[in-house]
Amino acid sequence: MLRFLFRRLLVAIPTLFLVVTVAFFMMRAAPGSPFVNERQLSPQIEAAVMAKFGMDKPLHEQYVSYLAGVVKGDFGPSLKYRDKSVLDILGENYKVSLILGGVSILLASIIGMSLGIIAALRQNRIADYFTMTVAILGVCIPTFVTAPLLVLVFASKLGWLPTAGWNGGAIANLILPITVLSLPQIAIISRLTRAGMIEVLRSNYIRTARAKGLPESVIVRKHALRAAILPLVSYLGPAAAGLLTGSLVVEKIFNLPGLGKFFVISALQRDYTVVMGMVIVYALLILVLNLIADMIYAALDPRVRLS
Amino acid sequence: MIPGSPQRAELLQTAVKGRSLWDDARRRLLSNKAAVAGMIVLALMVLIAAVGPFLVPFHYDTVTKPDVWAAPGVGGHLIGADSLGRDLLARLIAGLGVSLLIGVVATSVSLVIGVLWGATAGYVGGRVDEVMMRIVDTLYSLPFIFFVILLMVTFGKNIFLIFLAIGAVEWLTMSRIVRGQTLSLKQKEFVEAARAAGLTGGQIILKHIVPNLLGPVVVYVTLTIPAIIIAESFLSFLGLGVQPPMASLGTLISAGAQDMEIAPWLLIFPSLTMIITLMAFNFIGDGLRDALDPKDR
Repeated sequence: MLRFLFRRLLVAIPTLFLVVTVAFFMMRAAPGSPFVNERQLSPQIEAAVMAKFGMDKPLHEQYVSYLAGVVKGDFGPSLKYRDKSVLDILGENYKVSLILGGVSILLASIIGMSLGIIAALRQNRIADYFTMTVAILGVCIPTFVTAPLLVLVFASKLGWLPTAGWNGGAIANLILPITVLSLPQIAIISRLTRAGMIEVLRSNYIRTARAKGLPESVIVRKHALRAAILPLVSYLGPAAAGLLTGSLVVEKIFNLPGLGKFFVISALQRDYTVVMGMVIVYALLILVLNLIADMIYAALDPRVRLS
Repeated sequence: MIPGSPQRAELLQTAVKGRSLWDDARRRLLSNKAAVAGMIVLALMVLIAAVGPFLVPFHYDTVTKPDVWAAPGVGGHLIGADSLGRDLLARLIAGLGVSLLIGVVATSVSLVIGVLWGATAGYVGGRVDEVMMRIVDTLYSLPFIFFVILLMVTFGKNIFLIFLAIGAVEWLTMSRIVRGQTLSLKQKEFVEAARAAGLTGGQIILKHIVPNLLGPVVVYVTLTIPAIIIAESFLSFLGLGVQPPMASLGTLISAGAQDMEIAPWLLIFPSLTMIITLMAFNFIGDGLRDALDPKDR
């Protein structure tokens, strides 16, 4: 187990390094600079500002010093927000994304798995058709359609919920964004669970368990579920990373101060360091969540050896 | 029956003519009601997008002052007009065409890159495979939107760039699927036979591996097109997609969401069109998967 972890971390380092490198040079290849759009700077002042952030040096030197900083855990200062470091900005904005993403993925897993199991047990009956209809609708109706439609009905027409805003994380403000974020995930999770469950329920060891006379509930919970959610585990890793870094559209529509919204703004403003910081956080999250997913996978399926 | 008689020859011919795997698949696909409905709806959508602009009495970009916010049915606007008095139906048809086009072109881009990349990695194997798939892994851990934003700002907000940008991101999954299939295909006898016959690696990939990948690739393509339509709409929603006065389903929904309090039809009709289109593609994709891979049912 420890050897596996160690090996995976060793493999992760070059991947992370590549991600940082690609992102750095792509970002710099784009025209524009973080210091336009402001008051017209005189050439001297601009040169001074560039020098302050070390941007007067050749690109490869900047790259080396940036890398050196990242290794030490220093992501540099923001180029747009005076006196704020990238870590400050990430720290201020991660909470919104974490709450939204975390609650959504949790809710979607519980609801999706329950629906999937019910559908598999009642295959080709009403409950199955209902679940599969929900699943298809969830996949076919994108978030940028559900979000405005739900706002139109529940906020504008009925007035039950606020239209937008964070409001310190009040529950009323969270209901709509979390619903919008979970629906497509519920759809995918219930489909994956159903497919896995149906396949497993046909397998020999389940027949053996039935022949032993075990009650159906024990068979489902103890024997089938473990194997049935394997595909789900590998899906959830990257899906959770995506949700945690914030769904751009949902944060935009509901005007929530999360990472996703910040990412787009920073990229458009050429706030190089902030964008790089977010890319690194995202890549790290994917690596860590995939690692966790692999470990859960191995824990659930004894045939898989971690090596 | 006399041996060598014409009847016998005829019988032999019918007996020999078996059903191919593709015949079986077509039969299964056509007996799937949802998939057939999806195909009919999609055919209609394509027809409307192609012929519609000539039938609607308005141009998608004609601004008519008196018709601002015209409700459905008012002033000859069948499903209303927008904040500039432009006919929504004309814009919807134009937008549908653009979205479908982006879906098809970007999918083709991802198809070509993904199939060649995956097949090469899988066929050559070894260190080459490791490096190629490590590149895919790396690209996977870059946020998609990051790529596209960079491409957009580097080269300007150009519609062909949207094709390229989305296609260049969507090929990753395709290459993984293709690689997995290739790994198992290259163990097969017919590949060995081809190698024994002296074909080069490139020839084997193009002539023997790629055609046999068709099944899973076709299924994935029908599921990629709607994913790309969504991706484009997503970009349009952030102001990075199709630029005005051109329309796509995404720009229409985005504009509709802004004006939904005053003119809900601007949100509702484009949303419905989007949902129906995506559903059609998904039904066809599911149907194809069931038809081509019957062990999954």
